[in-house]
Amino acid sequence: MLRTYVGRWGLIVLLAALPAFYVVRDLTHGYQAGFVHGHAVVAHDLSRIGLNVVQGLANGAIWALIAIGYTLVYGIIELINFAHGDVFMIGSFVAVGLWGTLGIGLSTGTAGIIGGLILTLIIAMAVTGALNVLIERVAYRPLRNAPKLAPLITAVGFSFILQNVGLLWRGGSPQSVDDLINQGNTVFNISGVAIQRGYILAVGTMIPLVIGLGWFISNTRMGRAMRATAQDPEAARLMGINVNQTISLTFLLGGMLAGAAGLIYALYQTNIWYFQGFKAGLIAFTAAVMGGIGNVRGAVLGGLIIGIIQSFSDNRLAGGEWTEAVVFGYLILIMVLRPRGLIGEETREAG
Amino acid sequence: MTELRGGDRGWDELRAQLREWRAAIDRILPSWWGRGVAVLAIVIGIVLPFAFSSNSGFIDATIKALSLAVMSLGLNIVVGFAGLLDLGYVAFFALGAYSLGWFGSDFFFKAHVHVGVAGVAATETGIHLNFLLILVAAAVICAIAGTIIGLPTLRLRGDYIAIVTLAFGEIIGEVAVNGTDIHLGGGMTLTAGNLGISAVDLPYFPGIGHFNLLELRPWYWLILAILFLVLFVNVRLRDSRLGRAWIALREDEVAAVSMGIPLVKTKLQAYAIGAAFGGMSGAFIGAYFTTVNASQFQFGFSVLILSMVIIGGIGSIWGAVVGGLLLGYINYWLLPDVLNNAPSKIGLNFQLTSVQFGIYGFLLVLVMVLRPQGLIPERRRKLEMTGAIAPEAGDSELAEPVPEMNIGAVE
Repeated sequence: MLRTYVGRWGLIVLLAALPAFYVVRDLTHGYQAGFVHGHAVVAHDLSRIGLNVVQGLANGAIWALIAIGYTLVYGIIELINFAHGDVFMIGSFVAVGLWGTLGIGLSTGTAGIIGGLILTLIIAMAVTGALNVLIERVAYRPLRNAPKLAPLITAVGFSFILQNVGLLWRGGSPQSVDDLINQGNTVFNISGVAIQRGYILAVGTMIPLVIGLGWFISNTRMGRAMRATAQDPEAARLMGINVNQTISLTFLLGGMLAGAAGLIYALYQTNIWYFQGFKAGLIAFTAAVMGGIGNVRGAVLGGLIIGIIQSFSDNRLAGGEWTEAVVFGYLILIMVLRPRGLIGEETREAG
Repeated sequence: MTELRGGDRGWDELRAQLREWRAAIDRILPSWWGRGVAVLAIVIGIVLPFAFSSNSGFIDATIKALSLAVMSLGLNIVVGFAGLLDLGYVAFFALGAYSLGWFGSDFFFKAHVHVGVAGVAATETGIHLNFLLILVAAAVICAIAGTIIGLPTLRLRGDYIAIVTLAFGEIIGEVAVNGTDIHLGGGMTLTAGNLGISAVDLPYFPGIGHFNLLELRPWYWLILAILFLVLFVNVRLRDSRLGRAWIALREDEVAAVSMGIPLVKTKLQAYAIGAAFGGMSGAFIGAYFTTVNASQFQFGFSVLILSMVIIGGIGSIWGAVVGGLLLGYINYWLLPDVLNNAPSKIGLNFQLTSVQFGIYGFLLVLVMVLRPQGLIPERRRKLEMTGAIAPEAGDSELAEPVPEMNIGAVE
C-alpha cells in the first residue's frame, strides 16, 4: 500500500520539490537582480526561475534527442547502448570538422551560414546514423543470442574506442568552436526572461525532429515493423518482418538524432571535447529511464526535466561542479522509487 | 556469416584434438602433479624478485599488476559469482585509498592518534594507524559502502544494476574531486581533491621496518601475500554454501529464491565481500603510489577492472588472476615501457598510453565476439556462452535455438 503510493507520487514530488522551493524562495526572500549605483537590487518575481527553466529546456532539448536513441534501442533489443553518447560526440566533431572544411566561420554571411548549417546537419546525421548501424553490425549482432551481459560489455568497449578516436582527432582538452549564430543574442523577452538564439535553435531543432520521428514510427510501414519487433521479435519475424533490418533501422534513426544533437551542442555550447559524449550519454540515459525506457515521449519529457534539474543545480543549488552528482543522485532515486519511469510500461528488467 | 561458421567448425575440431592430447597427458602424469605445479608456482612467485634488481621497472609493474589482480578477484565475486554487473567498482578503489589517506597521514591534522607506527609517523599530527589496521579499516569501510550501494539494486536486474552502480561510482568520484568543499571543522576537509593527499605513511611492520620506494621487494611480497589471502578466500567461498547460492541466483533468480535462498542477504554479501577486496587493494595502491588523488578515480578504472574479469573469463578465479596480471602488465609495462613509441616509428603522432582505454575497449569487443567465455572460462559459464552462441552444424537462420542440445553437443 505505502509502496505503491510512494512509487506513484514519490518521483513526482521529488521532481517538483526543487523548482517549488526556489519559486517560494524567490517570492518571499527575493533574489539579487543586479546592481544600481553600487547597491544590490532585490527582486521578488519569477523571472529568475523563468530563466532557469528556459535554459534548462534548451539543455534538455539536446538530452532529449540523445535519450531517444537510448530508448529506441532499448525498446527493440533491450540493450543499453553505452556507445550512444560517444556517437553524439562524433556528431559534434564531424559537424565542427565540416565547418572547417567548408570554410564556414565568423566571417561567412547569413545565407552561407544557414545553408552550411543545414548541409552539415544532414551530413553529420548521415555519418552518425551510419556509424551507429556499423557498431550494431560489428558489436551487437554477433551476440544476439548470447547472455545479455555480452553486448553490454561490447557497448562499453565501443564507447572507449570512439572516445579515443575523438581524443586522437582533436586532442585531450576542450576546444572552443566559432559562435556561428551568436547564440547569446536575445531574440525577444517574455516578461523579463530573455530568450536567446541558442535556446530557440535547440528547442526549434528538437521539436520538428521528434514530430518527424513520431510520424515515422506511427504511420509508415517500417515504423510499424519497428513497433512490432519491439513488442515481440519472434512473432514479428514469423509475420515476415526482416528483424535484423528493422534493428539496423532503429540504430540508424537513433544515430541520426544523436548527430543532430551533436551539431546543436557544438553551436550552443560553443566548445567540444572528446569526453562530452560520456557525460552526455549518462545524463541522457538518466533522462530515458526517468521518462520510462522504451517510450519516445517519455525520453523527450525526461530529457527536458533533466535539463531543468541540471540548470537549477548549475545556477542555484550547489554550483556546476556538483551537477553530475545531483543528476546521478536523481537517477538512483528514480531506480529506487519508480524504475519504470514517469510514463513507462513495466519492463522485465525493472520489474 | 557462413565462412565464420565454417571457421568455427575448424576451431571446434582443433579444440577437440587439444582436449584429447590433454587427456592423454593427464593419464601419464602422476597424481600429485597438479599440487606440485601449484607449489612450484607459489615458490617461483616468492623468489621472483631476486631475479631482478631491487628497484627494477619490471618488479614495479608486477607490483601494480598484482594489486590490480586483487581488485579483479574482488570484482569477480560480484560480477562473476553473483552475476551483478558492477560498473562502479572504482568507488571501492577510491574508498580504500582514502582509508589510507584518512588513517595513515597527517591529513586530519587536528587529530593525534598513533597506533602501531614508528618513526616520523609516531610524532606527526593526524591519524596514523599501522598498515595492517588500515587494510582492515579499508575492507570494513568498503564492505559497508558496498552494502549501501547494493541496497537500491536489489529490486533491479541486469542493465539497471549496471547503471545504478555506475551512478554510485561517479558520485563517489565527484565527491572525491569536490571534497575540498566539504568542511569537517577545524579547517579540515573531506578530501584533498585533485591536489591529492600526498604525504601518506609508508607501510611499517615491527621487525621489518619501514618500506621505501628504492627497495621494491617488500612491497612485492606484501601484495603477493594479499593476493594469496584473497585467492584463498575466493576459492573457499566458491565452494561454500554462499558461493553456490550466488551461482544459483546468477543462473535463475526466481528458481533460487523459491528454493529458499535469501535474496537480499546473499546479494548484499556479494557486494560487501567484493568491495572489501577492492578496498584492501585500493589502500595498497594508495600507499605504493604515495598519493591519494581524486583524478585517479575515473570510470575508466572500473572498465579496466571489468575488462580483466571478462578477458580472464567471467566467474573464473584463475581467469580473474590471469586477466588482472595480463592487463596489468599491458597497462604498466607493455604500453608505457615497451610499445609506447611504436606509433611514432610508423609515422603516427601519438603515444600508445594516451589511447590505452581505446585498446582495452578494442580487447573487450574482440574477446566478447571471438571468445565470449574468456581466456580461462569457468566451466559452467563456458557451457552457457558457447551453448547459446555457436549454432549447431547445419543450423539455419530459422532454426529454433535449442540450448540443452547445444550444451550436449559442446561437451
